[in-house]
Amino acid sequence: MFKLWATIRKDVRVLLRDRVGIALMFVMPIILVVVVTSIQNSTFQLVNKNRLPILICNQDTGQSSKQLVTAIDKIGMFRVAQLSGKPDEKQIADAMHNQDAMLGIVIPANFSARVKAKSKNVAGKAMTTFGLQGDSTPKKVSDVDPLTLYYNPILQESLRLSVKGALQSALQMVESRETLRTLYFAINDTPLPEKLENEMLNNRTVINEVPVSKDGTRQTPNATQHNVPAWTIFAMFFVIMSLGGSVVREKVSGSFIRLKTLPTNYAVGLLSKQITYLGVTMLQALVIFSMGIWLFPFFGLPALNLPSDILALVITTIVCGWCAVSYAICVGVFSQTQEQSNGFGAVSIVILAAIGGLMVPSFAMQGAFKSAADISPMHWCLEAYYTLFLQGGKLADIINNLIPLFAITLVIQFITYLGLKRKNLI
Amino acid sequence: METFAVDIQNMGFRYPGNEDVSFSNLNLKVKKGERFGLFGPNGAGKTTLMNLMTGVLRVNEGSIMILGNKVGHQDKKVNKLFGFVPQDFSFYRELSPAENLEFFGAWAGLNQTQIKQRTDELLYILGLADVRNKAVEKFSGGMKRRVNLAIGVIHNPQVLFLDEPTVGVDVQTRHAIMNYLRTLNERGTTLIYTSHQLNEAEDLCQHIAMIDNGQIITQGDIDDVLAAHSQESLEQLFINLTGKAYRD
Repeated sequence: MFKLWATIRKDVRVLLRDRVGIALMFVMPIILVVVVTSIQNSTFQLVNKNRLPILICNQDTGQSSKQLVTAIDKIGMFRVAQLSGKPDEKQIADAMHNQDAMLGIVIPANFSARVKAKSKNVAGKAMTTFGLQGDSTPKKVSDVDPLTLYYNPILQESLRLSVKGALQSALQMVESRETLRTLYFAINDTPLPEKLENEMLNNRTVINEVPVSKDGTRQTPNATQHNVPAWTIFAMFFVIMSLGGSVVREKVSGSFIRLKTLPTNYAVGLLSKQITYLGVTMLQALVIFSMGIWLFPFFGLPALNLPSDILALVITTIVCGWCAVSYAICVGVFSQTQEQSNGFGAVSIVILAAIGGLMVPSFAMQGAFKSAADISPMHWCLEAYYTLFLQGGKLADIINNLIPLFAITLVIQFITYLGLKRKNLI
Repeated sequence: METFAVDIQNMGFRYPGNEDVSFSNLNLKVKKGERFGLFGPNGAGKTTLMNLMTGVLRVNEGSIMILGNKVGHQDKKVNKLFGFVPQDFSFYRELSPAENLEFFGAWAGLNQTQIKQRTDELLYILGLADVRNKAVEKFSGGMKRRVNLAIGVIHNPQVLFLDEPTVGVDVQTRHAIMNYLRTLNERGTTLIYTSHQLNEAEDLCQHIAMIDNGQIITQGDIDDVLAAHSQESLEQLFINLTGKAYRD
């Protein structure tokens, strides 16, 4: 036991004097967490708080187009600016660029007339269907000319689709209003009363959005809740930059020759490294979570809310940290040089993070990538963290995530053992 | 039956994929309490033989015994019996001499009290007491050699292997190290030593073996060996037996 304690003391001392290693394990991941959360929070706010700038070129002078502009404005998603005249495509692009508009819409000159004609036609058919006297003369009514939507290519497809959906909704509102007015006038010979019109068109069913959580809380997820757990996992695996190198350094340095001549098994040295660096990963998690709770609000970011089941959080962090440390030692044992360990370590972590769902949600992956996620320890840890942080889950809810994570760790330990045996290190 | 400090019997060794430095059917005995010198030109196999005797490398054939215990077994009992001072600096440069001695002392099987006592004693004897808490990486070459030696003897080994312990040090440090080695030997420690400093070796060693191309080309009491080859100094004997051609 004294040998292990002395070795831990040695490892801690060596670690504390490795300032570059400490910076890589603490400072870099902290910067990463802050930057990624801030960026994602900005995107989140762009959609929900900051309105998307939209440039509308209304070439029509009728009521329907004015109603459409008002309806678009009322959606609440856009900051509307108008462009007059009859600009060509290049002028629209220039105007969008000059006004920093992400979107541009051109309403064609005959928009109101076409909407009116289409409504009259629909109303006439409806009257005939009702058995009332209507204008049933067959007419060839051409469709309303399409609206043209210009967009900045940097706009992501998902956002563009929601913009398109919102515009369709505004357009539907305008066309329905016109049809309703025409129909009412045909039946009553009087215009549709404004109050009734509002009741019929604006009194739409409200959609309540409810985040589903396991503990029944109704907390809306935000960029902090998503990013802090994810990048904490990344930070824990980042210990490879110090630990992998430390194993290689010890192996190739003269000290290892002496260790082999002493009456102690090198397994003690590896156990000490596991304990020391497991402590490091715990400290990383503590620092990053604390930053999320207390420091993020100072950066204008939402504060991190810890899960209600703290024990489950601690257990998940320990298993994840142990897996990260095991992986780093494994890479160190098989690497011949520090460059190999650092290079392979860094790239492999990014790959494991990518297939593990830290960069793109694993539910959005397809085919082989979705299956590959299962072999990434980061995937299981992320699932466990998300269950705790986003769904209010308890220990029982994450057992199915912890078992594979634990199994992967044991496999890594076994591979390390084989590597040590093959190289006569234990 | 006499127990030797080191007893190498019919030993064979070759590096995997490299036949250049290898031993075949090598036999060597070092008595307890001897100051034994192992010499040879560069690439002759001195360091390899040291690594084999200390269990860093494992023999392919035959056996190596230290004080009657077989080297290279899973049982590390034999490792308590000897100390090793490798040619390279074999310690943690980030740590101080005291911290290095604490760690290696624990791995050598000492308890906390023994480590403290031996650390104080060794740092005083080797002139490192004033820098006991400074990082070794800032030390001069001579000071690093002394730290290297201190770690090798922390557990009072009965047999001490020294692979060029004075390489790259000044005269003062060489004298200090040599005097300390003599003191250890007077207390009963067997010394097995390699060096290219043949004057120094002649002064220290009672018995020698010269190796070349993985073979022992001569061995015995230093005076007897010199007389048998009609040579006056170890350096003359060395040139006479191994030639003047470069070896590396």
